[in-house]
Amino acid sequence: MPPPSTSIPSASADTAGPAEVPAAVPAAAVKGRLASRKALLLGCAALTAVLFGSVVVAIGLGPAVITPGETARHLWAALSGGHIGPDEVTTYQIVWQIRTPRVLLAALVGAGLSAIGVAVQALVRNALADPFVLGVSSGASVGAVGVTVTGGLAALGIYAVSVGAFIGALVASLLVYAASVSRGTLSPLRLVLTGVAMSLGFQAVMSLIVYFAPDSEATSMVLYWTMGSFGAATWGALPVVSVVVLAGIAVLHRYGRVMDVLALGDETAASLGVGPDRYRKGLLLLVSLVTGVMVAVSGAIAFVGLVMPHVVRMLVGATHARVLAVAPLVGAIFMVWVDLAARTVVAPRELPLGVVTALVGVPVFIALMRRKGYTFGGR
Amino acid sequence: MDLRLDELSVVTDGRTLVRALSLEVAEGQVVGLVGPNGSGKSTALRCVYRALRPSSGTVWLGEQDLTRLPLRHSARTVAAMTQDGGVDFDFTVEEVVALGRAPHLRGNQALSGRERELCERAMDQLDIGHLAQRGVLTLSGGERQRVLLARALVQEPKILVLDEPTNHLDVRHQVDLLSLLRGSGLTVLVVLHDLNLAAAACDRLGVLSQGRLVASGAPAEVLTTQLVGDVFGVRASVVPHPLTGDPQLLYSLNSTC
Repeated sequence: MPPPSTSIPSASADTAGPAEVPAAVPAAAVKGRLASRKALLLGCAALTAVLFGSVVVAIGLGPAVITPGETARHLWAALSGGHIGPDEVTTYQIVWQIRTPRVLLAALVGAGLSAIGVAVQALVRNALADPFVLGVSSGASVGAVGVTVTGGLAALGIYAVSVGAFIGALVASLLVYAASVSRGTLSPLRLVLTGVAMSLGFQAVMSLIVYFAPDSEATSMVLYWTMGSFGAATWGALPVVSVVVLAGIAVLHRYGRVMDVLALGDETAASLGVGPDRYRKGLLLLVSLVTGVMVAVSGAIAFVGLVMPHVVRMLVGATHARVLAVAPLVGAIFMVWVDLAARTVVAPRELPLGVVTALVGVPVFIALMRRKGYTFGGR
Repeated sequence: MDLRLDELSVVTDGRTLVRALSLEVAEGQVVGLVGPNGSGKSTALRCVYRALRPSSGTVWLGEQDLTRLPLRHSARTVAAMTQDGGVDFDFTVEEVVALGRAPHLRGNQALSGRERELCERAMDQLDIGHLAQRGVLTLSGGERQRVLLARALVQEPKILVLDEPTNHLDVRHQVDLLSLLRGSGLTVLVVLHDLNLAAAACDRLGVLSQGRLVASGAPAEVLTTQLVGDVFGVRASVVPHPLTGDPQLLYSLNSTC
């Protein structure tokens, strides 16, 4: 092996010098890499702390303002089974029964949408993709509106609409998959085009249902589903959502390097031992499942899954394992504050989440696009 | 390890892209595949780096049938420098080179100290050490090409296949790259367009035309005025290189096809 070149690479690249490896260069590089790993860990720890703080503050804020200390005390009482005085029962109920599930759901969905956004952009190899580009959200809307209008799944009580939305999301994903797969291969371009086309189709179906629906409940349901809200959050749905979202993020993180390799193109991926079709099918399945669950409980909240991946890539680079460590935390913090704004700014009314995320997301997105040095995944 | 293509055929959409191609690359040899556009060179290569499954025939790595190996397993033996140089996200040069270790690592397992040194060395060999922290999307075509080769070397393969590796490279880097291939000790199968470079760099050449192997052997045996006229449709005079004696082609314009 030729030795590493000296400081004038152009002159020495091909000369066979003494075969001695100067230890300083690799050692420094190893050190640099370790330092950056450390920085990543520290950053994640700091973000986790911010997330906890945000959750406590957000639980405290609303029509009845509760101080963070008070909030923490009630949360601790709930978690440890501690004692609450009889005059504090109302506050306790506000904290534990109403606001905590809502804020936790916001954090979970924010984390999930950001991570899934990263995965979808890797899956369809397109920087403009978001979790809903594959038709999941419009499929969910059709399911939700269909259940509302027909009164189907009534046996499931308050979960009927969510289950309907989830079924709609999965049916949409299956249709998109079936329409885009060709001879066992899944081309990213075909996938994203099919997703976009199917979304338009589902939206048409939804409009039809609403048009012929006898009541106006369907119309408000459509608004709810296309803009998103955590208003319906309950403890009942949280276990399922947290397991699916957290497990989904963990699995995605584990396949970080696979997504790195896929970004090099299918030919190169195959030569590096990553069969693109196999992994793309797995990714599609995972992404559909997690997105379906999220949409079922919160509707389709726009922009988070599109913008967060880019923001995080600017901060930590493109390596998926790093992006997927940071993006869920940033997304969770962002969503907690967005939800807080949505329910407090025009209280007692509530803004749809999509309105808030778009008002924040659009300027951020434009600013990102105009920023020099970030190539947005293309030139 | 030697590489053998045995009666390899590729048929897609009823078109035969490669027809019963048999070719052997002995251990440590550099064999060049040449031929006009669309003659099946890249297709044959794709079967070796497993982007494509041959319709019939076999690729042998030593005594092992390549198509029976798990993808990850064969990626530890065969590395490729392909034509798709595009990268979706702005990875740094260092990160892309490090991805060459992917078939050797589990999940997100970090690179060991030895692997880090391996990456450093490959980047220096390819004269891209100074670009380590640059985003790959900001590189020139030739620089990117060298990043891709560095990544393939970091894979620590026994067999290296390259699809037109000298594309976009300036003359010095073309010569450097082919010298590096010759000195690497690897078993190399390379598609080249420049017949003179191919003659200088390869131990043997295989000439493809319409998916068929029409000639193979030492460059001096293969590159004749007759063959170049038949296969490529150009008039060329063959002269020995004044220093090395390798056959070199001098083309005449307005050829009679």
